[in-house]
Amino acid sequence: MNDNTKQQDFLGGMRAISPLIAAVIPIGLVFGAVAATKGLSPAETALMSALVFAGGSQFVAMDIWTHPASWTGVGFAALLVNIRHVLMSASLGTRMGGFNQPVRYLSMLFLADEIWAMAEFRAKVAKLTPAWFAGLVVPFYLAWVFSGLAGAALGAFLGDPVVLGLDFAFPAVFIVLVMGFWKGPETGAVLLASGAAAVATQHFVPGVWYIAAGAVAGLAAAMLTGKARGVEVTP
Amino acid sequence: MTVDLATLAAILAMAAATVLTRLSGLVLIRHVSLEGSRRKAIESIPPAVLMAVVAPTAFATGIAETVACAVTAFAALRLPMLVSVAFGVACVAILRVLGL
Repeated sequence: MNDNTKQQDFLGGMRAISPLIAAVIPIGLVFGAVAATKGLSPAETALMSALVFAGGSQFVAMDIWTHPASWTGVGFAALLVNIRHVLMSASLGTRMGGFNQPVRYLSMLFLADEIWAMAEFRAKVAKLTPAWFAGLVVPFYLAWVFSGLAGAALGAFLGDPVVLGLDFAFPAVFIVLVMGFWKGPETGAVLLASGAAAVATQHFVPGVWYIAAGAVAGLAAAMLTGKARGVEVTP
Repeated sequence: MTVDLATLAAILAMAAATVLTRLSGLVLIRHVSLEGSRRKAIESIPPAVLMAVVAPTAFATGIAETVACAVTAFAALRLPMLVSVAFGVACVAILRVLGL
């Protein structure tokens, strides 16, 4: 592939990701502002966005943040919240025929929901190239890190996030995502089991174990309903 | 511009956990195929995790949060994500001002 084609691909990726950049900047600002209220400095906020680069787990970390920070608590929570990346990376990995091995692993370090969705969509209509993928990653990554930094720096000026309702932005994002995962009654069973187990666990056990309890209960419900249906269709 | 040591450890733990999830999918597809019931079980993990995260906010925090969660979920049926989130945030802010 010559340089001109690479450049075209890079610009194509940038064009594809541009509406999602407009959507992620306000979320990054909110993240920075929330981090500031939890006592993180702008440098710490930017470092987290740059090294973790996974909005969902970063908001969960802010939700359960303590002083001093508990690396086991937030590390475990990040593992649980991002476990979906395993399936996303397995799926996208099968689309990376045009990537050599080191580039494939390097690219996957920047896997985020938005980047994954655009890359999967691209792979349906054309061969996914490293240059096109980089066109998704570079602007999106910079937008996330710098909007977080700006939010942290402006935190005091943005006002009290609780009064403005901004602390609710991420539960709201999660709810929208949950609605997007709806596939029928079996999803209802998963959500019911997960929600009930999480509320009960959070009531009785301190820390973030409610996330694990809910996830395991939801998974168990999925396996049970899957099994029940399997029995029904077996002649 | 200081970086607290405990905070740095927490950030590194989060980064390590996230890198692990991002790369293990690539390692996985070299060894096992993810089809049928195994794939279905893994597909149920994202909604289960997200629900577990929001459940205490949605059901055990206050009336404002519970109502705002319902409004957000309803909005998400028809509207794009950012608009739904804006509705939810506005709803919780108004209800809190009203003292709920």
